Amino acid sequence: MTLALIIIAVVVLALATTVTLRRRRRARVPLAAPPRAAMPEILVEEPEERPRLDDVDAPGLATRLGSSRGVFDRVRALGAGDVSDEQLDVVEEVLLRSDVGVATTTALLADLRASGAPHGVASAVKAALRAALGDADRGLRDVADEGRVPVWLFVGVNGVGKTTTIGKLAQREIAAGKNVILAAGDTFRAAAADQLTLWAERTGADIVRAAEGADPGSVVHDALGRAAAKGHDLVMADTAGRRVTSTNLLDELAKIRRVADREPGQVVETLLVLDATTGQNALSQAQEFLAAADVTGIVLTKLDGTARGGIVVAIQRELGIPVKLVGVGEGVDDLIVFDPDAFVDALVEA
Amino acid sequence: MFDALSDRLERLSSSLRSRGRLSDADLDAALQDVRTALLEADVELSVVRGFLTAVRERLSGDVLSQSLTPGQQVIKAVHEQLIEVLGGAALKVTYSPKPPTVVLLAGLQGAGKTTTAAKLASWFKQQGRQPYLIAADLQRPAAVEQLRVLGTQVGVDVYSTPTDPVSVAREGVAEATRLGRDVVIIDTAGRLAIDDALMAEVRAISDATTPHYTFLVIDAVTGQDAVHTARSFHDTLELSGVIVTKLDYDSRGGAVLSARGVIGRPVVFASTGERLADFDLFHPDRMASRILGMGDVLSLIEEAERTMDADVMAESAGRLMSGTFTLDDFLTQMAQVKKMGSLGGLMRLMPGMTKEMRNAASNIDDREINRIEGIVHSMTRAERANPAIINGSRRQRIAKGAGTTVNAVNQLLKQFGEMQKMMKQMAGGGMPQLPGGMGKMASLAAARQASKGQLPAGLEGLGAQLRPTPVAPAGGPKNKKKKGGRVTPPKQR
Repeated sequence: MTLALIIIAVVVLALATTVTLRRRRRARVPLAAPPRAAMPEILVEEPEERPRLDDVDAPGLATRLGSSRGVFDRVRALGAGDVSDEQLDVVEEVLLRSDVGVATTTALLADLRASGAPHGVASAVKAALRAALGDADRGLRDVADEGRVPVWLFVGVNGVGKTTTIGKLAQREIAAGKNVILAAGDTFRAAAADQLTLWAERTGADIVRAAEGADPGSVVHDALGRAAAKGHDLVMADTAGRRVTSTNLLDELAKIRRVADREPGQVVETLLVLDATTGQNALSQAQEFLAAADVTGIVLTKLDGTARGGIVVAIQRELGIPVKLVGVGEGVDDLIVFDPDAFVDALVEA
Repeated sequence: MFDALSDRLERLSSSLRSRGRLSDADLDAALQDVRTALLEADVELSVVRGFLTAVRERLSGDVLSQSLTPGQQVIKAVHEQLIEVLGGAALKVTYSPKPPTVVLLAGLQGAGKTTTAAKLASWFKQQGRQPYLIAADLQRPAAVEQLRVLGTQVGVDVYSTPTDPVSVAREGVAEATRLGRDVVIIDTAGRLAIDDALMAEVRAISDATTPHYTFLVIDAVTGQDAVHTARSFHDTLELSGVIVTKLDYDSRGGAVLSARGVIGRPVVFASTGERLADFDLFHPDRMASRILGMGDVLSLIEEAERTMDADVMAESAGRLMSGTFTLDDFLTQMAQVKKMGSLGGLMRLMPGMTKEMRNAASNIDDREINRIEGIVHSMTRAERANPAIINGSRRQRIAKGAGTTVNAVNQLLKQFGEMQKMMKQMAGGGMPQLPGGMGKMASLAAARQASKGQLPAGLEGLGAQLRPTPVAPAGGPKNKKKKGGRVTPPKQR
């Protein structure tokens, strides 16, 4: 409370003064942009030729790294179990470029240095990544307590593909014989409910929606009521994308989750939808959504692009949230169960 | 979770300070920290390398300044290099002599193209133009509908027909010409960089409409892949610039640096929030300060000007200077501040905050403001005007009314008393010497106009921060000085 006051005071005073004074001054100060400086040329040192991890054990690495013949000999002279600094550099680069992040990469390198690589560096790195991903249960729970309707809640920031993910999953569950109802809980984004309605029509799911700007909690509540009355087996609830820096929006999400978890509903999965192109910010996203909505798993979308989504390794390692599904294409069938072995292979090899 | 780069360098500089010059080993250590910070900010690896080389050259070429500590010297070099990489000065959008000026938006799925199209239209409208929107995203379900809704919100017409994207774009431009609109913004379908078919489609749209500007819309939280994305689009479309979105998610937004570094085109616009107003020209110098964690005063001030009621602020600021600031004024100002968003977000933009304060601020949630408001609201008018009359039983009543403890009421009154005291002192012309960079804040807006050749804006504050100043729980006195510093020349009026 004390600090809050101090800070509020600072903000208030600073702004009051500056706004007032700037206002007085504004007439005199032209806001035109300064003349443009000449644009520097492209500022990348080495545009192409990325090292690949499957090359790391092959001869010739040292040459590619610009090292001298002497270093090359030294690499070859090393015992199979030792990992050279040059090899570590390559490993580091590969991991960083896959968005694994500095902290996790540093930790993996330390392990690698300590334990060596009896079967080659590439396989040692894969084993380390595979171990970091753990052996969590990646199935989706779809059974609730007796007399309650299971709810899957979808959360995430804007633009990661929540609505599309729900559409695809609805298709899958309906094909498996489930009677699915969708709750269009994104009442913020223009036409989000329209988008979900199109998916409902396409897949034959039932849907509950409300006007734009309606309370998302009430949409979920209505969907639960309808599900209980009509005997649906599964409720999938969409939510508006929200940034994790807003307490209000996270509170709203916590409330939606509480509503969804009240009789007759029961939240059996809260899935955080993450965009594979996201970098280190994904870790903050996972942290905040975990705190606000008790995330049980991750859906990693857009993995069919060039991005590797390596940040999920850091998320699993630091927060223990497993990836459950990955989106590998735009087709309805392109949402598949996460395969950690294939993921690790793709991470280090492509 | 991540330390601001300037915090790291500050820590580093405490070990360097005494030595007065930068040895190679010191430089290596400093650059290692810069590297980590840039990578944590998602700047792409080869861009990071190029960056470090350039900073090293800057530092080794320079004669070490007498007036800066080695740590400050490094920060200065990093800041300057950031500004250079980010593009020097803002790109000025010019209009085609033969209207309409055609703007094409391209980008990955979910980057925020549709929302950006509407925001851009709104921006052009503010510039006195008559924009026209074309919804050529026929891929995502309801994308056209989304743009129509947004178009209605900003008062700009939207063109679309359910044919094919290329015809929609071509006919849309023709329609805009017929209607005499002078700016046309084309929203295209999101695509994955590796999707050849969709890349060909956006290429065809570009060929059919020969846009004057082609902007890549890129998400600020994109990771290492930003480079790949930017390069693929640049190869296909010859981009004229970049629009960065969701900059409010992550103030560091390394993707901006990566994209800029790889395609050599400037970042032109930035979107910093969900509201349609959260959109403006991109300012490289401000972004550089943000990446360094030095705050972004100018954006803060502009935001304040946009959202706050200037008359209300002027009035209470006036009372504040005359030393008759009451709890009512405090309440009014808090309401104004709340309009600007979360306190944590505001604090991130403020320079000269110690790390502790920044952390504390991000832990304060806005409910805390509500609680404070609740207490003040539970007072009678007389009590608000003159808190001195609030005795024990009044305190109890207020606590009960606000659903809190007497202790909390006491705290608030004590803090407010201190604030008032400071203000009186200030109004009396006293200018207590304040630690920290915030004192500089008020003068920054003005100083910047003249400061072309000097240290970058945030840096002065930073310098002050680097010096070992006794850290009073700074908020109180700080703000006052700022006020003092800025306000002092009353003769001016």
